[in-house]
Amino acid sequence: MSAPPAIVSGMDTTYAIHAEGLVKRFGDTTALDGVDLAVRPGTVLGLLGPNGAGKTTAVRVLATLIRPDAGHAEVGGFDVVRQPHQVRELIGLTGQYASVDETLNGTENLLMIGRLLGLSRRAARARAAELLERFDLTDAANRAAGKYSGGMRRRLDLAASLVGDPRLLYLDEPTTGLDPRSRNEVWDIVRRLVADGTTVLLTTQYLDEADQLAGEIVVIDHGRVIATGTPAQLKARTGAQTVTVRPAFGDELDRVREAVARVATGPVDVAGEVVTAPVSDPGALAKLVRDLDEHGLSVAELALRSPSLDEVFLTLTGGRA
Amino acid sequence: MTTMALRNTATLAWRTLVQIKHNPFELFDFSVQPIMFLLLFTYVFGGAIADSPGEYLTYALPGIIVQNLLFATLNTGVGLNTDISKGVFDRLRSLPIARFSPLAGRIVADVIKQAWAIALLLVLGIVLGFRIETGPAEVLATFALLLGFAFAVSWMSVLVAMLVSEPEKVQIFGFVLLFPITFASGAFVDPDTMPGWLRSFADVNPTSILADAARGLLSGGPVAGPVTQSLLWAAGFLVIFAPLSVRAFRRRI
Ligand SMILES: Nc1ncnc2c1ncn2[C@@H]1O[C@H](COP(=O)(O)OP(=O)(O)OP(=O)(O)O)[C@@H](O)[C@H]1O
Ligand SMILES: [Mg+2]
Repeated sequence: MSAPPAIVSGMDTTYAIHAEGLVKRFGDTTALDGVDLAVRPGTVLGLLGPNGAGKTTAVRVLATLIRPDAGHAEVGGFDVVRQPHQVRELIGLTGQYASVDETLNGTENLLMIGRLLGLSRRAARARAAELLERFDLTDAANRAAGKYSGGMRRRLDLAASLVGDPRLLYLDEPTTGLDPRSRNEVWDIVRRLVADGTTVLLTTQYLDEADQLAGEIVVIDHGRVIATGTPAQLKARTGAQTVTVRPAFGDELDRVREAVARVATGPVDVAGEVVTAPVSDPGALAKLVRDLDEHGLSVAELALRSPSLDEVFLTLTGGRA
Repeated sequence: MTTMALRNTATLAWRTLVQIKHNPFELFDFSVQPIMFLLLFTYVFGGAIADSPGEYLTYALPGIIVQNLLFATLNTGVGLNTDISKGVFDRLRSLPIARFSPLAGRIVADVIKQAWAIALLLVLGIVLGFRIETGPAEVLATFALLLGFAFAVSWMSVLVAMLVSEPEKVQIFGFVLLFPITFASGAFVDPDTMPGWLRSFADVNPTSILADAARGLLSGGPVAGPVTQSLLWAAGFLVIFAPLSVRAFRRRI
Protein backbone atom coordinates (compact mmCIF):
# COMPACT_ATOMS: atom_id res chain seq x y z
CA MET A 1 0.00 0.00 0.00
CA SER A 2 2.76 2.45 0.84
CA ALA A 3 5.50 3.47 -1.57
CA PRO A 4 9.07 2.42 -0.84
CA PRO A 5 10.69 4.89 1.58
CA ALA A 6 12.18 7.92 -0.13
CA ILE A 7 15.64 8.63 1.18
CA VAL A 8 16.37 12.35 1.46
CA SER A 9 19.80 13.14 2.90
CA GLY A 10 19.70 10.10 5.10
CA MET A 11 16.30 10.87 6.49
CA ASP A 12 13.20 8.86 5.89
CA THR A 13 10.42 11.30 5.03
CA THR A 14 7.81 8.85 3.82
CA TYR A 15 6.53 8.65 7.33
CA ALA A 16 5.76 11.48 9.71
CA ILE A 17 6.47 9.05 12.53
CA HIS A 18 8.54 5.93 12.11
CA ALA A 19 9.54 3.75 15.04
CA GLU A 20 11.26 0.42 15.00
CA GLY A 21 11.77 -1.99 17.85
CA LEU A 22 11.12 0.47 20.67
CA VAL A 23 11.91 -0.99 24.07
CA LYS A 24 11.38 0.77 27.38
CA ARG A 25 11.74 -0.81 30.79
CA PHE A 26 10.86 0.60 34.20
CA GLY A 27 12.56 -1.66 36.70
CA ASP A 28 10.98 -5.07 36.23
CA THR A 29 8.19 -3.77 34.02
CA THR A 30 8.73 -3.86 30.29
CA ALA A 31 6.43 -1.08 29.17
CA LEU A 32 7.45 -1.34 25.51
CA ASP A 33 8.71 -4.62 24.17
CA GLY A 34 9.76 -3.96 20.59
CA VAL A 35 7.09 -1.66 19.18
CA ASP A 36 7.05 -0.71 15.50
CA LEU A 37 4.94 2.21 14.29
CA ALA A 38 4.63 4.01 11.01
CA VAL A 39 2.38 7.00 10.44
CA ARG A 40 2.07 8.61 7.03
CA PRO A 41 1.84 12.42 6.91
CA GLY A 42 -1.66 13.82 7.17
CA THR A 43 -3.19 10.66 8.60
CA VAL A 44 -4.47 9.64 12.02
CA LEU A 45 -3.00 6.61 13.72
CA GLY A 46 -5.03 5.19 16.57
CA LEU A 47 -2.95 3.50 19.22
CA LEU A 48 -5.24 1.15 21.05
CA GLY A 49 -4.63 -0.92 24.09
CA PRO A 50 -5.89 -1.84 27.55
CA ASN A 51 -4.61 -0.16 30.74
CA GLY A 52 -0.88 -0.57 31.13
CA ALA A 53 -0.41 -1.63 27.50
CA GLY A 54 2.31 0.95 26.96
CA LYS A 55 0.42 3.65 25.07
CA THR A 56 1.55 6.57 27.19
CA THR A 57 5.09 5.26 27.26
CA ALA A 58 5.13 5.11 23.46
CA VAL A 59 3.83 8.68 23.24
CA ARG A 60 6.42 9.88 25.74
CA VAL A 61 9.24 8.30 23.76
CA LEU A 62 7.99 9.87 20.53
CA ALA A 63 7.59 13.24 22.28
CA THR A 64 11.24 13.08 23.47
CA LEU A 65 10.19 13.02 27.13
CA ILE A 66 11.90 9.69 27.79
CA ARG A 67 14.60 7.81 25.96
CA PRO A 68 13.97 4.30 24.70
CA ASP A 69 16.26 1.57 26.06
CA ALA A 70 16.49 0.08 22.59
CA GLY A 71 15.08 0.71 19.15
CA HIS A 72 14.91 3.77 17.05
CA ALA A 73 12.34 6.41 16.25
CA GLU A 74 12.18 9.27 13.80
CA VAL A 75 9.65 12.07 13.82
CA GLY A 76 9.53 14.21 10.71
CA GLY A 77 12.84 12.61 9.75
CA PHE A 78 14.53 13.61 13.03
CA ASP A 79 15.81 11.11 15.54
CA VAL A 80 14.02 11.42 18.87
CA VAL A 81 17.16 10.68 20.87
CA ARG A 82 19.79 12.55 18.90
CA GLN A 83 17.70 15.49 17.62
CA PRO A 84 15.10 16.11 20.33
CA HIS A 85 15.06 19.86 19.78
CA GLN A 86 14.12 19.49 16.10
CA VAL A 87 11.44 16.97 17.00
CA ARG A 88 10.00 19.37 19.58
CA GLU A 89 9.76 22.05 16.91
CA LEU A 90 7.35 19.83 15.00
CA ILE A 91 5.11 18.35 17.65
CA GLY A 92 2.29 19.34 19.92
CA LEU A 93 1.51 17.15 22.89
CA THR A 94 -1.66 16.72 24.89
CA GLY A 95 -0.75 14.29 27.63
CA GLN A 96 -3.06 11.85 29.33
CA TYR A 97 -3.43 14.14 32.34
CA ALA A 98 -4.05 17.80 31.66
CA SER A 99 -0.79 19.61 32.18
CA VAL A 100 -1.94 23.19 32.43
CA ASP A 101 -0.59 25.54 35.06
CA GLU A 102 -3.45 25.61 37.53
CA THR A 103 -2.38 28.86 39.11
CA LEU A 104 -2.44 30.79 35.84
CA ASN A 105 -5.60 31.75 34.02
CA GLY A 106 -6.48 30.49 30.54
CA THR A 107 -4.98 33.45 28.71
CA GLU A 108 -1.76 33.36 30.69
CA ASN A 109 -1.29 29.65 30.10
CA LEU A 110 -1.45 30.15 26.35
CA LEU A 111 0.51 33.39 26.49
CA MET A 112 3.35 31.63 28.27
CA ILE A 113 3.55 28.98 25.58
CA GLY A 114 3.33 31.49 22.77
CA ARG A 115 6.19 33.47 24.28
CA LEU A 116 8.25 30.33 24.82
CA LEU A 117 7.72 29.47 21.16
CA GLY A 118 9.16 32.84 20.19
CA LEU A 119 5.99 34.78 19.35
CA SER A 120 6.02 38.50 20.06
CA ARG A 121 3.92 39.68 22.98
CA ARG A 122 1.25 40.96 20.63
CA ALA A 123 1.23 37.81 18.47
CA ALA A 124 1.10 35.59 21.54
CA ARG A 125 -1.90 37.54 22.87
CA ALA A 126 -3.71 37.29 19.56
CA ARG A 127 -3.02 33.57 19.31
CA ALA A 128 -4.21 32.99 22.88
CA ALA A 129 -7.45 34.88 22.25
CA GLU A 130 -8.03 33.00 19.01
CA LEU A 131 -7.53 29.59 20.61
CA LEU A 132 -9.67 30.43 23.64
CA GLU A 133 -12.42 31.45 21.25
CA ARG A 134 -12.06 28.29 19.22
CA PHE A 135 -12.21 26.09 22.31
CA ASP A 136 -15.14 27.95 23.80
CA LEU A 137 -13.11 29.20 26.75
CA THR A 138 -13.38 32.95 26.17
CA ASP A 139 -15.67 33.36 29.18
CA ALA A 140 -13.17 31.55 31.38
CA ALA A 141 -10.12 33.34 29.95
CA ASN A 142 -9.48 35.28 33.14
CA ARG A 143 -10.15 32.50 35.60
CA ALA A 144 -7.40 30.37 37.11
CA ALA A 145 -7.19 27.03 35.30
CA GLY A 146 -7.32 25.26 38.66
CA LYS A 147 -10.96 26.35 38.90
CA TYR A 148 -11.87 24.90 35.50
CA SER A 149 -13.99 21.79 35.14
CA GLY A 150 -12.26 18.64 33.88
CA GLY A 151 -13.56 19.18 30.38
CA MET A 152 -12.50 22.83 30.28
CA ARG A 153 -9.05 21.89 31.50
CA ARG A 154 -8.73 19.28 28.74
CA ARG A 155 -9.76 21.83 26.15
CA LEU A 156 -7.23 24.33 27.48
CA ASP A 157 -4.60 21.61 27.39
CA LEU A 158 -5.47 20.84 23.80
CA ALA A 159 -5.37 24.55 22.96
CA ALA A 160 -1.95 24.77 24.60
CA SER A 161 -0.62 22.03 22.36
CA LEU A 162 -1.83 23.92 19.29
CA VAL A 163 -0.28 27.33 20.02
CA GLY A 164 2.68 26.62 17.74
CA ASP A 165 0.54 25.17 14.92
CA PRO A 166 2.31 21.82 15.13
CA ARG A 167 2.52 19.61 12.05
CA LEU A 168 2.26 16.59 14.30
CA LEU A 169 -0.09 16.22 17.21
CA TYR A 170 0.06 13.59 19.92
CA LEU A 171 -3.18 13.10 21.80
CA ASP A 172 -2.99 10.70 24.72
CA GLU A 173 -6.57 9.71 25.55
CA PRO A 174 -7.89 13.17 24.63
CA THR A 175 -11.53 12.47 25.45
CA THR A 176 -11.24 10.37 28.60
CA GLY A 177 -13.56 11.90 31.17
CA LEU A 178 -15.38 14.15 28.70
CA ASP A 179 -19.14 14.18 28.32
CA PRO A 180 -20.52 13.09 24.91
CA ARG A 181 -20.91 16.66 23.69
CA SER A 182 -17.36 17.66 24.58
CA ARG A 183 -16.13 14.43 23.05
CA ASN A 184 -17.84 15.27 19.79
CA GLU A 185 -16.28 18.71 19.87
CA VAL A 186 -12.82 17.25 20.31
CA TRP A 187 -13.48 14.86 17.44
CA ASP A 188 -14.52 17.76 15.23
CA ILE A 189 -11.38 19.65 16.15
CA VAL A 190 -9.22 16.66 15.29
CA ARG A 191 -10.99 16.18 11.98
CA ARG A 192 -10.46 19.82 11.09
CA LEU A 193 -6.79 19.64 11.99
CA VAL A 194 -6.35 16.55 9.85
CA ALA A 195 -8.17 18.24 6.98
CA ASP A 196 -5.59 21.02 7.27
CA GLY A 197 -2.77 18.51 6.95
CA THR A 198 -1.86 17.75 10.56
CA THR A 199 -0.67 14.26 11.37
CA VAL A 200 -2.21 12.85 14.52
CA LEU A 201 -1.14 10.06 16.83
CA LEU A 202 -4.06 9.29 19.07
CA THR A 203 -4.21 6.85 21.93
CA THR A 204 -7.55 5.78 23.18
CA GLN A 205 -9.46 3.15 25.04
CA TYR A 206 -12.66 3.99 23.18
CA LEU A 207 -12.87 1.84 20.13
CA ASP A 208 -15.52 3.96 18.55
CA GLU A 209 -13.13 6.87 18.87
CA ALA A 210 -10.48 5.01 16.88
CA ASP A 211 -13.17 3.93 14.44
CA GLN A 212 -14.37 7.52 14.05
CA LEU A 213 -11.03 9.21 13.65
CA ALA A 214 -8.24 6.84 12.75
CA GLY A 215 -7.45 5.68 9.26
CA GLU A 216 -5.15 3.08 10.71
CA ILE A 217 -5.12 1.34 14.06
CA VAL A 218 -2.30 -0.30 15.98
CA VAL A 219 -3.38 -2.50 18.85
CA ILE A 220 -0.81 -3.00 21.58
CA ASP A 221 -0.86 -5.13 24.68
CA HIS A 222 1.92 -5.80 27.19
CA GLY A 223 4.16 -3.48 25.19
CA ARG A 224 3.82 -5.45 21.96
CA VAL A 225 1.94 -4.74 18.76
CA ILE A 226 -0.65 -7.45 18.41
CA ALA A 227 -2.53 -6.17 15.38
CA THR A 228 -2.29 -3.45 12.76
CA GLY A 229 -4.69 -2.35 10.05
CA THR A 230 -7.57 -0.17 9.03
CA PRO A 231 -10.70 -0.47 11.18
CA ALA A 232 -12.28 -2.55 8.38
CA GLN A 233 -9.28 -4.88 8.17
CA LEU A 234 -9.30 -5.40 11.91
CA LYS A 235 -12.99 -6.18 11.87
CA ALA A 236 -12.38 -8.68 9.08
CA ARG A 237 -9.72 -10.38 11.19
CA THR A 238 -12.26 -11.98 13.44
CA GLY A 239 -13.66 -13.33 10.18
CA ALA A 240 -17.29 -14.20 10.54
CA GLN A 241 -20.27 -11.93 10.62
CA THR A 242 -23.00 -12.67 13.09
CA VAL A 243 -26.63 -13.43 12.34
CA THR A 244 -29.19 -12.71 15.02
CA VAL A 245 -32.75 -14.01 14.95
CA ARG A 246 -35.56 -13.47 17.41
CA PRO A 247 -38.59 -15.69 16.72
CA ALA A 248 -42.00 -14.04 16.78
CA PHE A 249 -43.36 -16.88 18.89
CA GLY A 250 -41.49 -18.40 21.78
CA ASP A 251 -42.62 -21.94 21.01
CA GLU A 252 -40.86 -21.80 17.65
CA LEU A 253 -37.48 -21.13 19.22
CA ASP A 254 -36.19 -24.67 18.70
CA ARG A 255 -37.22 -24.82 15.06
CA VAL A 256 -35.66 -21.40 14.42
CA ARG A 257 -32.49 -22.62 16.06
CA GLU A 258 -32.40 -25.58 13.66
CA ALA A 259 -32.89 -23.29 10.66
CA VAL A 260 -30.03 -21.04 11.82
CA ALA A 261 -27.83 -24.09 12.36
CA ARG A 262 -28.26 -25.01 8.68
CA VAL A 263 -26.44 -21.80 7.56
CA ALA A 264 -24.12 -21.30 10.56
CA THR A 265 -20.37 -21.80 10.28
CA GLY A 266 -19.91 -22.12 14.04
CA PRO A 267 -21.75 -22.94 17.23
CA VAL A 268 -25.30 -21.62 17.52
CA ASP A 269 -25.96 -19.65 20.64
CA VAL A 270 -29.34 -19.23 22.28
CA ALA A 271 -29.66 -16.51 24.87
CA GLY A 272 -33.20 -15.97 26.11
CA GLU A 273 -35.34 -15.59 23.00
CA VAL A 274 -32.47 -14.68 20.71
CA VAL A 275 -30.55 -17.05 18.46
CA THR A 276 -27.11 -15.96 17.26
CA ALA A 277 -24.53 -17.72 15.14
CA PRO A 278 -21.48 -16.86 13.03
CA VAL A 279 -21.90 -17.04 9.26
CA SER A 280 -19.40 -16.44 6.46
CA ASP A 281 -21.23 -17.24 3.21
CA PRO A 282 -22.40 -13.95 1.62
CA GLY A 283 -25.66 -15.65 0.61
CA ALA A 284 -26.35 -16.95 4.09
CA LEU A 285 -28.91 -14.36 5.03
CA ALA A 286 -31.02 -14.87 1.89
CA LYS A 287 -30.80 -18.62 2.36
CA LEU A 288 -31.91 -18.32 5.96
CA VAL A 289 -34.86 -16.10 5.07
CA ARG A 290 -36.06 -18.60 2.41
CA ASP A 291 -35.58 -21.47 4.83
CA LEU A 292 -37.56 -19.77 7.58
CA ASP A 293 -40.31 -18.94 5.10
CA GLU A 294 -40.52 -22.50 3.78
CA HIS A 295 -40.93 -23.78 7.30
CA GLY A 296 -43.60 -21.21 8.05
CA LEU A 297 -41.58 -19.58 10.83
CA SER A 298 -42.06 -15.88 11.50
CA VAL A 299 -39.42 -13.72 13.14
CA ALA A 300 -39.65 -10.52 15.15
CA GLU A 301 -36.06 -9.50 14.46
CA LEU A 302 -33.47 -10.61 11.95
CA ALA A 303 -30.07 -9.00 11.59
CA LEU A 304 -26.67 -9.60 10.08
CA ARG A 305 -23.85 -7.50 11.43
CA SER A 306 -20.10 -7.09 11.30
CA PRO A 307 -18.24 -7.52 14.57
CA SER A 308 -17.80 -4.30 16.49
CA LEU A 309 -14.28 -3.10 17.13
CA ASP A 310 -14.88 -3.89 20.78
CA GLU A 311 -15.34 -7.53 19.91
CA VAL A 312 -12.23 -7.43 17.76
CA PHE A 313 -10.35 -5.80 20.57
CA LEU A 314 -11.48 -8.34 23.12
CA THR A 315 -10.58 -11.16 20.75
CA LEU A 316 -7.15 -9.73 20.07
CA THR A 317 -6.27 -8.97 23.67
CA GLY A 318 -7.61 -12.28 24.92
CA GLY A 319 -10.70 -10.91 26.58
CA ARG A 320 -8.80 -8.56 28.85
CA ALA A 321 -9.80 -4.99 28.14
CA MET B 1 20.83 29.74 21.47
CA THR B 2 21.83 31.89 24.42
CA THR B 3 19.38 34.68 23.63
CA MET B 4 16.74 31.98 23.38
CA ALA B 5 17.78 30.63 26.79
CA LEU B 6 17.52 34.13 28.28
CA ARG B 7 14.14 34.77 26.70
CA ASN B 8 12.79 31.40 27.84
CA THR B 9 14.10 32.01 31.34
CA ALA B 10 12.50 35.46 31.45
CA THR B 11 9.16 34.07 30.26
CA LEU B 12 9.20 31.32 32.84
CA ALA B 13 10.25 33.72 35.59
CA TRP B 14 7.33 35.95 34.57
CA ARG B 15 5.06 32.96 34.79
CA THR B 16 6.19 32.17 38.34
CA LEU B 17 5.64 35.76 39.42
CA VAL B 18 2.21 36.00 37.78
CA GLN B 19 1.14 32.98 39.81
CA ILE B 20 1.16 35.23 42.85
CA LYS B 21 -1.70 37.23 41.39
CA HIS B 22 -3.94 34.14 41.42
CA ASN B 23 -2.67 32.64 44.61
CA PRO B 24 -2.57 35.49 47.10
CA PHE B 25 -1.78 32.88 49.69
CA GLU B 26 1.74 32.90 48.33
CA LEU B 27 1.98 36.50 49.47
CA PHE B 28 1.51 35.19 52.95
CA ASP B 29 4.65 33.17 52.51
CA PHE B 30 6.97 35.99 51.72
CA SER B 31 5.18 39.06 53.09
CA VAL B 32 2.76 38.42 55.89
CA GLN B 33 4.74 35.68 57.58
CA PRO B 34 8.01 37.66 57.79
CA ILE B 35 6.12 40.71 59.07
CA MET B 36 4.41 38.58 61.68
CA PHE B 37 7.71 37.10 62.80
CA LEU B 38 9.28 40.52 62.97
CA LEU B 39 6.48 41.91 65.13
CA LEU B 40 6.36 38.88 67.40
CA PHE B 41 10.08 38.76 67.98
CA THR B 42 10.36 42.48 68.53
CA TYR B 43 7.50 42.86 70.98
CA VAL B 44 7.30 39.45 72.64
CA PHE B 45 10.98 38.75 73.18
CA GLY B 46 12.43 42.21 72.71
CA GLY B 47 11.87 43.53 76.21
CA ALA B 48 13.02 40.29 77.86
CA ILE B 49 16.14 39.75 75.82
CA ALA B 50 17.33 43.35 75.51
CA ASP B 51 16.41 46.44 77.45
CA SER B 52 13.82 47.58 74.93
CA PRO B 53 12.16 46.33 71.76
CA GLY B 54 14.06 48.98 69.77
CA GLU B 55 17.41 47.83 71.06
CA TYR B 56 16.54 44.20 70.44
CA LEU B 57 15.52 45.04 66.88
CA THR B 58 19.01 46.36 66.20
CA TYR B 59 20.33 42.94 67.05
CA ALA B 60 17.54 40.74 65.73
CA LEU B 61 16.44 42.31 62.44
CA PRO B 62 19.36 40.92 60.41
CA GLY B 63 18.73 37.52 62.04
CA ILE B 64 15.03 37.60 61.20
CA ILE B 65 15.88 38.53 57.61
CA VAL B 66 18.30 35.60 57.37
CA GLN B 67 15.87 33.11 58.89
CA ASN B 68 13.13 34.20 56.55
CA LEU B 69 15.50 33.95 53.62
CA LEU B 70 16.52 30.39 54.44
CA PHE B 71 12.91 29.25 54.79
CA ALA B 72 12.01 31.00 51.55
CA THR B 73 14.58 28.92 49.66
CA LEU B 74 12.14 26.05 50.10
CA ASN B 75 9.78 27.74 47.65
CA THR B 76 12.10 26.91 44.79
CA GLY B 77 11.93 23.20 45.55
CA VAL B 78 8.22 23.17 46.30
CA GLY B 79 7.47 24.99 43.04
CA LEU B 80 9.65 22.69 40.95
CA ASN B 81 8.22 19.59 42.49
CA THR B 82 4.68 20.87 41.93
CA ASP B 83 5.44 21.51 38.28
CA ILE B 84 6.77 18.00 37.88
CA SER B 85 3.92 16.26 39.65
CA LYS B 86 1.24 18.33 37.88
CA GLY B 87 2.69 17.53 34.47
CA VAL B 88 3.62 21.15 33.69
CA PHE B 89 7.20 20.03 33.20
CA ASP B 90 6.16 17.50 30.57
CA ARG B 91 4.44 20.24 28.65
CA LEU B 92 7.49 22.52 28.91
CA ARG B 93 9.83 19.75 27.88
CA SER B 94 7.80 18.96 24.79
CA LEU B 95 8.49 22.52 23.59
CA PRO B 96 11.59 23.58 21.68
CA ILE B 97 13.01 25.67 24.52
CA ALA B 98 16.37 25.82 26.30
CA ARG B 99 16.63 22.73 28.41
CA PHE B 100 17.42 24.34 31.74
CA SER B 101 15.16 27.36 31.36
CA PRO B 102 12.38 25.88 33.53
CA LEU B 103 14.87 25.56 36.36
CA ALA B 104 16.53 28.90 35.68
CA GLY B 105 13.20 30.73 35.35
CA ARG B 106 12.05 29.47 38.72
CA ILE B 107 15.32 30.43 40.40
CA VAL B 108 15.30 33.94 38.92
CA ALA B 109 11.72 34.48 40.06
CA ASP B 110 12.55 33.24 43.54
CA VAL B 111 15.52 35.60 43.84
CA ILE B 112 13.18 38.46 42.95
CA LYS B 113 10.74 37.34 45.66
CA GLN B 114 13.62 37.14 48.12
CA ALA B 115 14.69 40.68 47.29
CA TRP B 116 11.14 41.84 47.91
CA ALA B 117 10.98 40.10 51.30
CA ILE B 118 14.33 41.55 52.41
CA ALA B 119 13.27 45.05 51.39
CA LEU B 120 9.94 44.65 53.16
CA LEU B 121 11.54 43.51 56.40
CA LEU B 122 14.14 46.24 56.26
CA VAL B 123 11.58 48.99 55.69
CA LEU B 124 9.28 47.69 58.39
CA GLY B 125 12.26 47.34 60.71
CA ILE B 126 13.14 50.96 60.11
CA VAL B 127 9.56 51.98 60.86
CA LEU B 128 9.80 50.08 64.16
CA GLY B 129 13.05 51.76 65.13
CA PHE B 130 15.92 49.98 63.37
CA ARG B 131 18.66 52.37 62.26
CA ILE B 132 21.00 51.81 59.33
CA GLU B 133 24.33 53.20 60.57
CA THR B 134 26.17 52.72 57.28
CA GLY B 135 25.69 54.01 53.75
CA PRO B 136 23.88 52.99 50.54
CA ALA B 137 26.90 50.98 49.32
CA GLU B 138 26.71 48.76 52.40
CA VAL B 139 22.96 48.34 52.03
CA LEU B 140 23.48 47.25 48.43
CA ALA B 141 26.23 44.91 49.53
CA THR B 142 23.86 43.43 52.12
CA PHE B 143 21.28 42.71 49.44
CA ALA B 144 23.88 41.22 47.14
CA LEU B 145 25.30 39.00 49.85
CA LEU B 146 21.90 37.83 51.08
CA LEU B 147 20.60 37.11 47.60
CA GLY B 148 23.79 35.32 46.59
CA PHE B 149 23.53 33.20 49.71
CA ALA B 150 19.86 32.45 49.07
CA PHE B 151 20.69 31.45 45.51
CA ALA B 152 23.37 29.04 46.69
CA VAL B 153 21.18 27.46 49.38
CA SER B 154 18.21 27.10 47.01
CA TRP B 155 20.18 24.38 45.18
CA MET B 156 19.72 22.23 48.24
CA SER B 157 15.99 22.71 47.93
CA VAL B 158 16.20 21.88 44.20
CA LEU B 159 17.99 18.64 45.01
CA VAL B 160 15.36 17.64 47.55
CA ALA B 161 12.64 18.50 45.01
CA MET B 162 14.21 16.15 42.49
CA LEU B 163 14.43 13.30 44.97
CA VAL B 164 11.00 13.32 46.62
CA SER B 165 7.64 12.51 45.11
CA GLU B 166 5.42 15.30 46.45
CA PRO B 167 5.79 19.02 47.11
CA GLU B 168 4.70 18.55 50.73
CA LYS B 169 7.75 16.42 51.34
CA VAL B 170 10.04 19.23 50.29
CA GLN B 171 8.28 21.41 52.84
CA ILE B 172 8.52 18.85 55.62
CA PHE B 173 12.17 18.11 54.93
CA GLY B 174 12.94 21.82 54.91
CA PHE B 175 11.15 22.56 58.16
CA VAL B 176 12.75 19.68 60.00
CA LEU B 177 16.16 20.83 58.87
CA LEU B 178 15.74 24.58 59.05
CA PHE B 179 13.97 25.04 62.36
CA PRO B 180 16.85 23.78 64.51
CA ILE B 181 19.47 25.32 62.24
CA THR B 182 17.96 28.78 62.24
CA PHE B 183 17.13 28.82 65.96
CA ALA B 184 20.32 27.24 67.28
CA SER B 185 22.18 30.27 66.02
CA GLY B 186 23.05 33.83 66.79
CA ALA B 187 20.18 35.05 64.65
CA PHE B 188 17.90 36.03 67.54
CA VAL B 189 20.03 35.97 70.67
CA ASP B 190 23.69 36.25 71.48
CA PRO B 191 25.14 32.69 71.55
CA ASP B 192 27.13 33.67 74.68
CA THR B 193 23.98 32.91 76.71
CA MET B 194 23.76 29.32 75.42
CA PRO B 195 25.24 26.17 76.99
CA GLY B 196 28.74 25.43 75.74
CA TRP B 197 27.91 22.66 73.28
CA LEU B 198 25.10 24.64 71.68
CA ARG B 199 27.26 27.69 71.56
CA SER B 200 29.96 25.86 69.62
CA PHE B 201 27.31 24.85 67.12
CA ALA B 202 25.82 28.33 66.92
CA ASP B 203 29.22 29.85 66.30
CA VAL B 204 29.86 27.81 63.16
CA ASN B 205 26.24 27.86 62.05
CA PRO B 206 25.98 29.69 58.70
CA THR B 207 22.79 31.34 59.96
CA SER B 208 24.83 33.13 62.64
CA ILE B 209 27.61 33.99 60.25
CA LEU B 210 25.32 35.46 57.62
CA ALA B 211 23.35 37.37 60.28
CA ASP B 212 26.65 38.73 61.65
CA ALA B 213 27.68 39.80 58.17
CA ALA B 214 24.38 41.60 57.63
CA ARG B 215 24.66 43.19 61.07
CA GLY B 216 28.15 44.43 60.29
CA LEU B 217 27.09 45.81 56.94
CA LEU B 218 23.98 47.57 58.25
CA SER B 219 24.91 48.63 61.79
CA GLY B 220 28.68 48.87 61.56
CA GLY B 221 31.09 46.51 63.29
CA PRO B 222 33.23 43.66 61.99
CA VAL B 223 32.50 42.96 58.32
CA ALA B 224 35.44 41.28 56.62
CA GLY B 225 35.38 38.10 58.72
CA PRO B 226 31.66 37.21 58.58
CA VAL B 227 31.31 38.31 54.95
CA THR B 228 34.24 36.14 53.87
CA GLN B 229 32.91 33.20 55.84
CA SER B 230 29.42 33.72 54.41
CA LEU B 231 30.82 33.70 50.90
CA LEU B 232 32.71 30.51 51.67
CA TRP B 233 29.54 28.87 52.97
CA ALA B 234 27.64 30.01 49.89
CA ALA B 235 30.39 28.66 47.64
CA GLY B 236 30.26 25.39 49.56
CA PHE B 237 26.49 25.04 49.07
CA LEU B 238 26.88 25.87 45.41
CA VAL B 239 29.76 23.49 44.74
CA ILE B 240 28.07 20.59 46.48
CA PHE B 241 24.42 21.02 45.66
CA ALA B 242 24.36 22.61 42.20
CA PRO B 243 26.06 19.67 40.43
CA LEU B 244 24.06 17.12 42.40
CA SER B 245 20.84 18.95 41.57
CA VAL B 246 21.67 19.25 37.90
CA ARG B 247 22.47 15.56 37.79
CA ALA B 248 19.24 14.67 39.57
CA PHE B 249 17.38 17.05 37.26
CA ARG B 250 18.77 15.36 34.16
CA ARG B 251 17.93 11.98 35.56
CA ARG B 252 14.41 12.79 36.61
CA ILE B 253 13.48 15.04 33.73
N1 LIG C 1 7.54 6.13 35.24
C1 LIG C 1 7.22 4.82 35.40
N2 LIG C 1 7.80 4.10 36.37
C2 LIG C 1 7.50 2.80 36.53
N3 LIG C 1 6.64 2.13 35.76
C3 LIG C 1 6.03 2.79 34.78
C4 LIG C 1 6.29 4.17 34.54
N4 LIG C 1 5.54 4.56 33.48
C5 LIG C 1 4.85 3.48 33.09
N5 LIG C 1 5.15 2.39 33.85
C6 LIG C 1 4.60 1.04 33.67
O1 LIG C 1 4.71 0.69 32.31
C7 LIG C 1 3.53 0.03 31.86
C8 LIG C 1 2.93 0.78 30.71
O2 LIG C 1 2.40 2.00 31.19
P1 LIG C 1 1.71 3.08 30.26
O3 LIG C 1 1.42 4.26 31.11
O4 LIG C 1 2.52 3.31 29.05
O5 LIG C 1 0.36 2.34 29.87
P2 LIG C 1 -0.92 2.92 29.13
O6 LIG C 1 -1.18 2.03 27.97
O7 LIG C 1 -0.76 4.35 28.86
O8 LIG C 1 -2.05 2.67 30.22
P3 LIG C 1 -3.36 3.54 30.57
O9 LIG C 1 -4.42 3.17 29.58
O10 LIG C 1 -3.72 3.08 31.93
O11 LIG C 1 -2.98 4.97 30.52
C9 LIG C 1 2.64 -0.10 33.08
O12 LIG C 1 2.83 -1.38 33.63
C10 LIG C 1 3.13 0.98 34.01
O13 LIG C 1 2.95 0.58 35.34
MG1 LIG D 1 -1.71 6.03 29.43
